[in-house]
Amino acid sequence: MSEFDAASAAVQAALDAGARYADARVMHRSYESMSARNGDIEELTQDESIGLGVRALVGSSWGFHAVPDLSDAAARDAGRRAAAIAAASARVPGPPIDLVPVAATVASWASGCEVDPLGVALSDKGDLLVRATETMRAHGADLAEGLYQIWDTAKWFVSSEGHRIDQRIRESGGGISATSIGDGETQRRSYPSYRGQYGTTGWELVTSLDLPGHAARIAEESRELLTAPECPAGETDLILGGEQLALQIHESVGHAIELDRILGWEAAFAGTSWLDLARLGALRYGSELMNITIDPTIPGALGSFGFDDEGSPAVKRDAVRAGRWVGVLAGRDSAAVAGLGYGGSVRADGWARLPMVRMTNVGLEPGPHTLDEIIAATDDGVLMDINRSWSIDDKRLNFQFGCEVSWEVKKGRRGRMLRNPTYTGIGPVFWRSMDMLSSEIVPWGTPNCGKGQPGQVGHTGHPAAPARFRNVRVGVRA
Amino acid sequence: MTELDIAGHVVELVRRLAGPDAQAEVTVTRADLALTRFANSFIHQNVAESGTAVRLRLHVDGRTAAGSGSLVDTDGLTALVERTLAAARLCPPDPAWPGLAPPSPVPAGAVFDEATAFAEPDERAARVRAFVDAVGGLEAAGYCRTAYRSGAFANSAGHSASGRMAEAAMDGIARTGGADGVARRCADRLTELDGAALGGRAAAKARAAADPVELPAGRYEVVLEPAAVADLLQNLSWFGFNGKRYAERQSFAELGVAQFDPAVTLVDDPLHGSALPYDLEGTPRHALTLVDAGTTRAVTHERRSGAEAGVASTGHGIPGAATFGPIPTNLRLLPAAARTAGGDSPAPVGGPAEGIGAGGPTGGTPAGAVADADTAALVAGVERGLLVSDFWYTRVLDPKRLVITGLTRNGMWLVEDGVPTRAVRDFRFTESYPRAMGPGRVLGLGRLPLRQPDRTDGVWWEAPPLRLASWNFTGGASG
Repeated sequence: MSEFDAASAAVQAALDAGARYADARVMHRSYESMSARNGDIEELTQDESIGLGVRALVGSSWGFHAVPDLSDAAARDAGRRAAAIAAASARVPGPPIDLVPVAATVASWASGCEVDPLGVALSDKGDLLVRATETMRAHGADLAEGLYQIWDTAKWFVSSEGHRIDQRIRESGGGISATSIGDGETQRRSYPSYRGQYGTTGWELVTSLDLPGHAARIAEESRELLTAPECPAGETDLILGGEQLALQIHESVGHAIELDRILGWEAAFAGTSWLDLARLGALRYGSELMNITIDPTIPGALGSFGFDDEGSPAVKRDAVRAGRWVGVLAGRDSAAVAGLGYGGSVRADGWARLPMVRMTNVGLEPGPHTLDEIIAATDDGVLMDINRSWSIDDKRLNFQFGCEVSWEVKKGRRGRMLRNPTYTGIGPVFWRSMDMLSSEIVPWGTPNCGKGQPGQVGHTGHPAAPARFRNVRVGVRA
Repeated sequence: MTELDIAGHVVELVRRLAGPDAQAEVTVTRADLALTRFANSFIHQNVAESGTAVRLRLHVDGRTAAGSGSLVDTDGLTALVERTLAAARLCPPDPAWPGLAPPSPVPAGAVFDEATAFAEPDERAARVRAFVDAVGGLEAAGYCRTAYRSGAFANSAGHSASGRMAEAAMDGIARTGGADGVARRCADRLTELDGAALGGRAAAKARAAADPVELPAGRYEVVLEPAAVADLLQNLSWFGFNGKRYAERQSFAELGVAQFDPAVTLVDDPLHGSALPYDLEGTPRHALTLVDAGTTRAVTHERRSGAEAGVASTGHGIPGAATFGPIPTNLRLLPAAARTAGGDSPAPVGGPAEGIGAGGPTGGTPAGAVADADTAALVAGVERGLLVSDFWYTRVLDPKRLVITGLTRNGMWLVEDGVPTRAVRDFRFTESYPRAMGPGRVLGLGRLPLRQPDRTDGVWWEAPPLRLASWNFTGGASG
C-alpha cells in the first residue's frame, strides 16, 4: 500500500464517518544529530519515524488522530477515530467554520540539496566537530561544544478536496560554542549562533560555515569576556547584529502576526497578540525602514517549502510594508474566521501532530546601509550580537533579550568588549526607533520554535541584517 | 508482543548481528496520548495519538550510537538495529562509556488508573464543558489531557524492567476585559479533575484581576501560588540540580552548604505520582532528597555523568541527557508540615484535601484573588507585597547564579496589611532563584501542595504556596 493510498483511505474513512472535510498527512522523517564536547563525541542519535495523521471536520468541530501504521485497516481506523473525536468536540461547539478556498493540486516538490547530509560519512562529520572543539579547548575554553542536526522529511498529503501532494525537505545545520568559567559566572561565545545556523539545504551549509576556522576566536572571546567590563545600564543607541535581530523578529513580529494568536486560539498557553485585526492595513508597527515579508519561497531558508500542510502553495506576502502592518500568518480556517482570503502558513511537527499556524520565513528586506556605516554614524551606543536569552510577554509586547557579547561604540568606532549585555523594550516602540538598517541580509534559521499543546517544534527562517535602534534601555540585571 | 517482548527481541537481534560483546540497552514505550483544547469557550483542537517508540543505544568495539524508530514489526526492528550498529562502527571512540545498568529490582510505580489511561474523548470534553459553564460568561481557554504510557527496558547485561503510568491534567484560564485567572492541576486519575471547580476558581481570579494598576518597579515581598512556584522548581532542576552542569561548574549547587532557607526541602520523587519507575538506562527510580532543610545534599546523575563524578546514577537518564544533562522531573517542595526528606504531604496529592474541592482550593476569600485558606494564611502576614499567580517565559541570564528573567501572568495583586487591595499590572522580573529562596528569605510555606503539570506528561512539579522576603521586579510589562 503506497503512502498516498494510506492517506486516501484515512480521508475516506473520516468522510464515511460523517466528516464534511478531511485531510491526511503521511510523514517519514529521518533525523540525525551529533554533539561533541571537549574533543570527544558526546552523543550520536539517529531517529526514524513514519506514520499518518488525519484531520476531520464534523460540522464546525475538528478532530485529529495519528498512528504509526500505514496499513489499510490502521489508516481507516485513524480516519474513523478522527471523526469520532470531532464529534466529541461538538459538546463544546464554536462558531461555524469554513475554509478559505485552495485549488485542488496534484504536485511534487523538493528542497534544494547539493550534498546529501545523511550520505556524508559519520566519521567525517565527527571529525569536524572533534577538530573544532579541540581547537576551542586549546584556545582557553573550559567547555567546548559542537553540534549538527539533519532532518530528511518526506510527506504525502491528501485532502477530500482532491489534493495529492508529495514533498521532500532536507534540512541541515550546526554550530559551535565556547564557555569559559570564572569566579561566580560563566561566559559563552558561539558561532555562527548558539546551537548553529540551519537551512533547507544539504551538508554544504555546514561546510560553508567553516566551524574550525572560527573556533579559536570564539574561545578567546569567551575568556576575554570574563574580565570585560559590564555592559552599562541606561538608555542608549543600540546596534544589533543580524543573528540577534533575527530572533527579535521571530519573537516580536513573527509570533505577533500569527492569526491563531490574534484570534485568541492560543490564549491559555502561547498567548495572544497585541495586534487588533481591525487595524490591519493601518497600524504603524515600525519605522519606514521596516519591510517584513512572509516568504516560504526563499531557496535554502529554513522556513521554505513548496506547499504548507493544508496544501496551500508557497506564496510570498507582505507582513509589514514601510512600517505599516499589512499581513498575517494564517491557515485556511483562521483566515476564514478573520475574513481574509489566504492561508498558507500551517505546518505540523511530524505525523503525530495537528497542523497549526506557524512561521515560515519571516524577515526583513535589505536596508540601505552597511554595519560599518551604522557604527560610523553612531556617536555613543552599544553593539550587541548572538542571542543568549530571550523572554517576551504573552501579548508579544514587552521583551528582554540577553546577548553573548557587546562592544561599546564611541564617536563612530567600535571600542571595548562588554559582558552581560541585555536590552529591553516594547515591540512597536522599539521597531519605530529603527533608523538604520544594513543591506547584509542573512536568512537565519531557528530550528526550535515551540508552540501548541501537545508541544510542537517548528523550523522557521528569519532574513535579518544589522540595524540601529535609538534610545533603548540596556543593562538590566538582578 | 508486549513491550518487554519487543525489548528482549531487540537485545537478541543485537547479539545475533553484532556478536556477544556488543552492549545494548533498549527502551520500548507504548503511548496513548490525548488532549482536548479549548479557546474562546469552545473546543477548537482535539487530538489523540497512539504509537510505540523503540530506542536502542549500543556500544560496540569501543564506540557508541543511539537510534530510535516507530516501527515494531520484525523488519522495522531489524532495520533499527542495523542502522544503529552501522552508525556505532563509523563513530569515533567513546572512552567515557559508562557501561550498562546491572540487574537490580525496579520498584512498582505510582497508582495506575486504567480508566484514565483509556479515557474517551467525551470524558475530556465533558470536563471542558463543565469548565466553560463554570466561568459564568467569561471567555475560557485551556486543555484537558490524558496520557498512558506502558514501557519496558532490557539490556544485554541481563537487566530488565517494566512499568506503566496514567496521568490526567487540566489547565485553564478565564478571561474578562484583559484580565486572566488560572486554575491548573495534574493528577493520577481523571476523576480527580473537576472542570467546574477549576473553572470557578479561574473565573473568580479573573474577576479579581480586573482594572489593574501599574506599580513602580522594585523589590517587593511576594506570595507565590503553586503555579509560580512550579517555575522555580523547574529552573532549579534544569540548571541547578543537573549533575552535568554541576560537574562543569555551571551550577550554583554546592553540596553540604546551606544555600536555601531552612524551610526548604526539595525531593525528586517519581514514585509519588505518575511516572515510570525506571529511567532511560533502566536504573530504578527512587526519591532523592536534593535539599534537606536548606542544605544542598545531592545533584542528579545518569550513568555517564555519574561515572565522570565518581558516583552512581540516581536514575535520571532522559533523552538528550548526554547533551543537556540529567534533570529532576518530579520535584516536590515539601510543605510546612512535612519537612522530612521523603516524607508524605499532609494532604494526599492524588486526591482533594479536606475542605478543598477536587479542582483545587476554591473561593470564599477577598474578591477571589486569594483562592484558598492555605494561601490566605500566607497573605495575612504580608504588610506590603504582591500575590503572584503565575510566571511566564522565564529564561536564564546567568546560569551560574541562576539569574532568571520572566514575567508575571494570570493575575497579580497588591497586598496591604494582609489583604489584597488592588489588582496589579504584570511585571517583568530579573531574579536569582536560589538567592530568592536563600537563608532567611522564606517567610512562609503553605501546608497544602498542589501538583502542577509540565508540558510533557510524566513530568510534574509539586509545591504549596510560598512567601518570600523579596523579589526583584525590573519593569512594568506594558512599558
